[in-house]
Amino acid sequence: MSSLALNVSDTLVLARRNLMRIPRQPDLLIAYTIQPVMFVLLFVYVFGGAIDSGPFDYVDFLMPGIIVQSIAFGGFVTALGLSEDVQKGLIDRFRSLPMSRAAVLSGRTISDILLNCLSLVVLFAVGFLAGFGFIDATVGEVLLGIVLLLAMGYAFSWIFALVGLFSSTPETANSIGFTLIFPLTFASSVFVPAESMPDGLQQFAEANPFTTFADAIRSLWIGTPANTDVWMSFIWVAVLIVVFAPLATARYKKVAAK
Amino acid sequence: MTDDAIVVEGLEKSYGSVRALQGVDFAARTGSVLGLLGPNGAGKTTAVRILATLLEADAGTARVAGLDVKKDAAKLRARIGLAGQYAAVDENLTGFENLEMVGQLYHMKRSAARARAQELLERFDLTDAAKRPAKTYSGGMRRRLDLAAALVFRPPVLYLDEPTTGLDPRSRLQLWETIEGRVAAGTTVLLTTQYLDEADRLADRIVVIDHGTVIAEGTSDELKAQIGGERLDVKLEDPADADRAVAALAEMCIENPTVSDHTVSAPVRTHTGMIAEAVRRLDEAGVGIDDISLHRPTLDDVFIALTGHAAAVEPSTELPVIEEVPS
Repeated sequence: MSSLALNVSDTLVLARRNLMRIPRQPDLLIAYTIQPVMFVLLFVYVFGGAIDSGPFDYVDFLMPGIIVQSIAFGGFVTALGLSEDVQKGLIDRFRSLPMSRAAVLSGRTISDILLNCLSLVVLFAVGFLAGFGFIDATVGEVLLGIVLLLAMGYAFSWIFALVGLFSSTPETANSIGFTLIFPLTFASSVFVPAESMPDGLQQFAEANPFTTFADAIRSLWIGTPANTDVWMSFIWVAVLIVVFAPLATARYKKVAAK
Repeated sequence: MTDDAIVVEGLEKSYGSVRALQGVDFAARTGSVLGLLGPNGAGKTTAVRILATLLEADAGTARVAGLDVKKDAAKLRARIGLAGQYAAVDENLTGFENLEMVGQLYHMKRSAARARAQELLERFDLTDAAKRPAKTYSGGMRRRLDLAAALVFRPPVLYLDEPTTGLDPRSRLQLWETIEGRVAAGTTVLLTTQYLDEADRLADRIVVIDHGTVIAEGTSDELKAQIGGERLDVKLEDPADADRAVAALAEMCIENPTVSDHTVSAPVRTHTGMIAEAVRRLDEAGVGIDDISLHRPTLDDVFIALTGHAAAVEPSTELPVIEEVPS
């Protein structure tokens, strides 16, 4: 086999391993299924009535945002998994094998894409049940939105890979994720229109890539003005990958060679 | 030279200001067990990590199975197996899935990897647990699975980094027997341990390291000989006979015998018939013997003589024992 073929084969073996673990870790399964459902129900039925989402039903405004948030956090399992592998010595085992050294990270990020597909199915199901519907969206636009979401999820996987490799335990990874990154999703147009926010926060929200992603999906799925959001989203995805994939790879080499 | 599976010369490694290895040399003959013995922090694990291509040395060379650990690292990885105290198995995968995954990462065909996994599970007495996630395994089972994972690709060289640290005595014994089986099959083993009885039992040659340097090397017997021969203890029926006993034994001794309470301790050189001769001499002198025994020095004695401090606490008395996990 060529080295590329070996690389792909190693990546798939490890991706399969990451996926096999999920049903055996009930906490992770809950994170991928029940948690997004809970978020949708809380926001639609608890906050929804109090939020002014302009000409749209709140559920139509909310679903693109909440899907962006859920998919961005899909890569969180990579942070937990990597810090656990480092802690438990599995990384040493992998590095002592004649396998591709890139496969540990690529296997993680690839399995995240599949997990995000599962998340999407769950989110669409609960969204439709709660009354969400596409507005003036062609099949192409719906699919482009899904592609954008999966690409964005992939980019965030590299960010979480870096978080995981900087964390000495999965618990640390958890707290970094939920104290540094989670609030960013709230200071954006994910849950409420940015225009409703006070000065300062509003400008921050408008510059926040989560706003760009959420507005891009809304323009594709519920017909809001597209402006520059869709192509800006893809640029964000590219920038995040270009910055964080090499950082995570460098950190991986450093962590592993101790 | 070609008979040595592992050759290490002048190996140095520092972590910041901590000099973990300060120019270490050792070699292991093909098909033998080399014991790397030393207390915690002596540099044993650092040496293994360099030989396993996980870490690069600051200076010095190491060749394993004829390959340079730095230049030929990628090739070397197909010829080594690594197992150790951390039992690096995926706890959420079953025993079978763990071994299948490792086989596939050695680029075995899936069917071959599965067959090999089955074979190893049988040999390591894990067939009943094959379909259970490894997190339900006891400490001893986990180490066996870890060792099985290291053997998937039948490596000619095996590194065992403190393979029995933290195990209960029964699991240690089982693991020792397994390791002996591998050695009998021709595998070269580098074993690090802080337990002298483990090195004594398993290792053909022992390298004692402390603070990153080799302080002694040889077979277990050679090391013991370095600090003197054996000790003959004679417990007397009547302590009043002590002087006559000392006089009777003096000719056999390499140093003057010492007396405490009922017992005369005589440092002797090893030769066969030692006890018979002592009994004859004492009998001729009319000394009544309550008990007589020959004591060989332990590696503990060796370690204390070499370093001035004990190597480690005894595993059976001081270390926490990994509890059996209920299934």
